[in-house]
Amino acid sequence: MSARKLHRFHGGLRLPEHKQESTLLSILDLGVPQRLVLPLRQHIGHLAEPLVDVGEPVAKGQLIAQAEGYVSASLHAPTSGRVVAIEERPYPHPSGLPVRAIVIESDGLDEWAALPEPLPHFEQCDRDFLLERIRWAGIVGLGGAAFPTSVKLAPGADKPIRTLILNGAECEPYITCDDMLMREQAERIIAGLRVMRHILTPRECLIGIEDNKPEAIAAMRRALDESGLEDSELISIPTRYPSGGERQLIYLLTGQEVPSQHLPADIGVVCHNVGTAAAVADAVIDGRPLISRVVTLSGGALKQPQNVRAPLGASLGWLVEQIGGYREEPSRRVMGGPMMGVPLAGDDYPLLKGGNCLLALDAEQAPPEEPARPCIRCGECARVCPVELLPQQLYWYTRARDFDEVQRFDLFDCIECGACAYVCPSHIPLVQYYRFAKSEIWAQEEERRKADLARRRHEARQARLARLEAERKARLRKKKEALEQKQTDDDPKKAAIQAALRRVQAKKAERARQQAQAGVPDDRKEPS
Amino acid sequence: MNQLVSPPHDWGRRPVRQVMLQVLLALLPGIAAMFWYFGWGVLINILLASLAALATEAAMLKLRGRPLQPDIGDFSAVVTAVLFALAAPPTLAWWMTVLGMVFAIAIVKQLYGGLGYNPFNPAMAAYVLLLISYPAAMTQWLPPSVLSTQTIGLFDSLQLIFGGADALGGWDAITMATPLDQMRTGLGQEMMISEIRDNPMWGDFGAKGWEWVANWYALGGLWLIYRRIISWRIPLAMITSLVVIAALFSLANPENYPFPLFHVFSGGVMLGAFFIATDPVTASTTPRGQLIYGASIGLLVYVIRTWGGYPDGVAFSVLLMNMAAPTIDYYTRPRVFGHREDDDD
Repeated sequence: MSARKLHRFHGGLRLPEHKQESTLLSILDLGVPQRLVLPLRQHIGHLAEPLVDVGEPVAKGQLIAQAEGYVSASLHAPTSGRVVAIEERPYPHPSGLPVRAIVIESDGLDEWAALPEPLPHFEQCDRDFLLERIRWAGIVGLGGAAFPTSVKLAPGADKPIRTLILNGAECEPYITCDDMLMREQAERIIAGLRVMRHILTPRECLIGIEDNKPEAIAAMRRALDESGLEDSELISIPTRYPSGGERQLIYLLTGQEVPSQHLPADIGVVCHNVGTAAAVADAVIDGRPLISRVVTLSGGALKQPQNVRAPLGASLGWLVEQIGGYREEPSRRVMGGPMMGVPLAGDDYPLLKGGNCLLALDAEQAPPEEPARPCIRCGECARVCPVELLPQQLYWYTRARDFDEVQRFDLFDCIECGACAYVCPSHIPLVQYYRFAKSEIWAQEEERRKADLARRRHEARQARLARLEAERKARLRKKKEALEQKQTDDDPKKAAIQAALRRVQAKKAERARQQAQAGVPDDRKEPS
Repeated sequence: MNQLVSPPHDWGRRPVRQVMLQVLLALLPGIAAMFWYFGWGVLINILLASLAALATEAAMLKLRGRPLQPDIGDFSAVVTAVLFALAAPPTLAWWMTVLGMVFAIAIVKQLYGGLGYNPFNPAMAAYVLLLISYPAAMTQWLPPSVLSTQTIGLFDSLQLIFGGADALGGWDAITMATPLDQMRTGLGQEMMISEIRDNPMWGDFGAKGWEWVANWYALGGLWLIYRRIISWRIPLAMITSLVVIAALFSLANPENYPFPLFHVFSGGVMLGAFFIATDPVTASTTPRGQLIYGASIGLLVYVIRTWGGYPDGVAFSVLLMNMAAPTIDYYTRPRVFGHREDDDD
């Protein structure tokens, strides 16, 4: 054990942990429910594109939706069966909007499709080949953010990675899926670390685990020792929310601040969740896609909280049933942790790749919403903010709808960890205000972008019309000039014509003179 | 279930009410000391001011068409009342106390929008209103019991507050100058500090009795810091700046400028530093801002006491800095994580 100097980030909170409840039993491997609902958005980025039609049979592990664009993730059938619908389904998101999903009816056989070749000797493989494998497997960050892992593992040649960090902090209360995975499958995680290390070739690998997980630390340390990885170090970090935030953990372990608006890779750091590492090992070493995950089911409304390994797409209600059901009607259901999780309106929500926890909180754990009281400017929010923002000022400017000033106070550096709202004595839903401000600003920018586009289009049209007009004029002028030129060029003919004209004029004049003498009035003398 | 709930789904469970209650709890040692040295008037004033403040708050909420709960139950009006009662003389005529509270709650607090919206500290605004309007009444203090020749009981106190001092032989017979007044008058008569202090009223730092009240306030204040109800920055900055500037002048001329601890342990400095300047609503909220805010109050207290027209300057200093707090906050934003010093606008 080396004494690495840790860099304490500003603020943060000691929260009631509630981790005991769900660590009493080991991870329960659940079977497959009758019906699986697989939203095409399991990740940050573009929706995946379905490759199957309604009515089509699918095998377990078969690719059913393809990553669309670079930042996206493929989706595989978690079991064998038949596609019964591709339609909009309820989706755990703060907006409450549904998302298109592939619905699979299980045939109960759980038969595997043909899988790609296992690569136990991945060290001999090309990096791009391994990245392609990970991309095929549809792996995303399993810590909750669900960012496509292959993208994070390919920062580009101009960004050499010095430090690879495995995030086992798991700082949110209640959640223990990483804890249990580290206890039970430490070797798998270390195997995944090896794969990532091979791809990124960092100088060092750091594993950060909060010190409230001694069993996990011991298991991981054993696995790490056995692996013989010399450049890798396990670091026990103080339990302090939100130490599992990517930027907070990087600072804690390396003392480096990821600059605002930049990615960790910009300072030579890449950070992955321990569960993601295990999934990478599954994909590379065994050739298996990501079709299940460990999820914590916890909260006082459950009979017996526990971690389960469940197929993606299983509904919250089914999961709860498998571990004995509810003790009482939950006061609140949440996907994710109590600090950042998304509230759910019922049991009919599917397990997603990023779904690390499903909470069924009782009335004591999730007190009913109280009306917000006026801000007394106590400054607790600023004291706990891990980004050292002034949450209170952001709140006032959001209320005043002064979105320029909100941005001057660095709203977009807010990680929405909820620490400010947690300590607020006036019970002001601060995070909600910040989200509102962010979406308003995005909307305004979109509006501005559209207006800009329209303006540019209009200007382009004006320019085009002007150009056409100028061209037409130029053409006419040219024609005229060409004509004149032609006339002067054709001298004898022109002379003949002019001579003829002159003769005609002379004749006309002579006739007019004769008519005037004969008393015929000249039309020039007529009164007008 | 509703979809409108937003994370976090749990909270720290320390509502405004509890914050205010802890402030009141922290004032208890100071209140006990005040009662010990200055008698029943202290308690009567606290009760009277609290009732007046609550009644005014209720009336104003009604006028503004707001529900009484939860505003009336958050104890913020009581905190204002107690702070005012502790700052004002314990024999203050009842109607002055009531006037002060009506002004504090109705005008300084509720007309600006109620709790959280008032730019000025209501207790100090009321104190200053009365000090300017009735300077004599506001500076008549009983001698602390350790120096007193006659005891003023509960009945006498009620008599003084509701009927005046005639029955007890007039104000001059029972009151005496406060230590700050004594010092100021002495210095004004070109006395040396050693001459002024040649009087049984003086204790170790300030005056007998007074300095102990200050100690008990400080004790309560330290507990509030420990409980994280207030930040250490404002009290420390205020006391430090007062000590530093007082030390500079005192070292240069010890017979004309009182030594630093005299300033700290006399008048309203301890109450002000821990309980009044730290009023979150009206103080600066950024870490650096709080240091500037506290230090400026300390400086102003010294300036007003030494060269101003009043013996004490805590109330004025706090109100003056209340005005500056938003500006201080604006220019003392902390460096946000991930922003380097040089790229901040």
